[in-house]
Amino acid sequence: MNKFRSDPQSKVTTPPIKGGRGGGLFTTFFHIGLFTIGGGYAMIPLIEEKIVDEKQWISREELLDLMAVAQSCPGVFAVNIAIFIGYKLRGIRGALASTIGCCLPSFLIILAIALFFRQFQDNPWVARAFRGIRPCVVALIAAPTFKMAKTAKIGLTNIWIPILSAFLIWMFGVSPIWVIAIAGLGGYLYGKFVDQGLTPNPSPKGEGSIHPQENTNDNSPQQ
Amino acid sequence: MIFFQLFYTFFLIGLFGFGGGYAMISMIQGEVVTNHHWMTMGEFTDIVAVSQMTPGPIGINSATYVGYTAVVNVGGEHWMGILGSVTATFAVVLPSFILMLLISKFLMKYKHHPVVEHVFLGLRPAVVGLLAAACLLLMTPENFSTPSESPWQFWISVGIFLFTLIGCQVYKLKPIPTLLFCAFVGILLF
Repeated sequence: MNKFRSDPQSKVTTPPIKGGRGGGLFTTFFHIGLFTIGGGYAMIPLIEEKIVDEKQWISREELLDLMAVAQSCPGVFAVNIAIFIGYKLRGIRGALASTIGCCLPSFLIILAIALFFRQFQDNPWVARAFRGIRPCVVALIAAPTFKMAKTAKIGLTNIWIPILSAFLIWMFGVSPIWVIAIAGLGGYLYGKFVDQGLTPNPSPKGEGSIHPQENTNDNSPQQ
Repeated sequence: MIFFQLFYTFFLIGLFGFGGGYAMISMIQGEVVTNHHWMTMGEFTDIVAVSQMTPGPIGINSATYVGYTAVVNVGGEHWMGILGSVTATFAVVLPSFILMLLISKFLMKYKHHPVVEHVFLGLRPAVVGLLAAACLLLMTPENFSTPSESPWQFWISVGIFLFTLIGCQVYKLKPIPTLLFCAFVGILLF
């Protein structure tokens, strides 16, 4: 089941990573790293577009799970996500490719600023461009929420979960890690006491496989 | 030697920096400015501002910048500064690397264990909430201005926000071209 991991000789479904329609791991993450502006969460819409929708290297469910793990771990959120995806696709070498790809643009740009452009942030053109970019980034982060909500199977019965979570973090400054811990615990308890015997995911084989799947958000059994 | 100190400091920041962005900033500030005096508070504030305007998370950006500046400030050459950058950036990423690899291995093995599945089932709606919170937290006067402070900027910002939101949701605009377009709009209108 997890043979797809890092075996280049594996005949199990491994999507083309190198080259192909727009680049391999390194190139893709380089692009993503280049346009992740305004914080780690700005990476999410880019990952959604390039990795989930376009290349289908991971599913939207997996991205959600990934975000929970990445947020709960120490270190830089964006880097955690890159490492995870890279490792899943191509083992350690994949993790290296994705991480270096993701960090390289900012590394080079900051170095350039430190070396040559000390007054970068005072440049009026730059300031104006960023007054345009910032609200755009906020909207870009908001946009995936709707699709993600569908993926997370949010309906009238459980919409209180994201609302409460958002509220706690936004209004009361609760650390996201607490929210995640409680939500995880809640899921565990739900499974233990309420959902006995019912598998939450009708298709355990569909979940987690990186077989390119139709871009549907429901857990229909893998074709 | 300063390289060891850089490595050690940023390794710890990468290892204990929980909670992302702002939590990390205060940790970095404590180490870099207060503890090691590698930068002044003013310089540090600058890098935070720069990090908002450049790609990359604050953790990486500050590691890169501090790595360079610290070495140069104690008299290193430019190329040594670059080495300092590499050291600090590598150090801040390393704990994540190790930790995430371990967790990935674990998760891949136990992914279909019912307990794990149930936990993630509970997590997913919460993560949507996290995303919403991230978005709400960014709706600040810094990013949008306010109607009283600068109505022109405020309303244009709101317009950009709505344009992006509706464009991406309804018209399937792609993020990167939209970002570039909004930057261009910013240059034109502001």
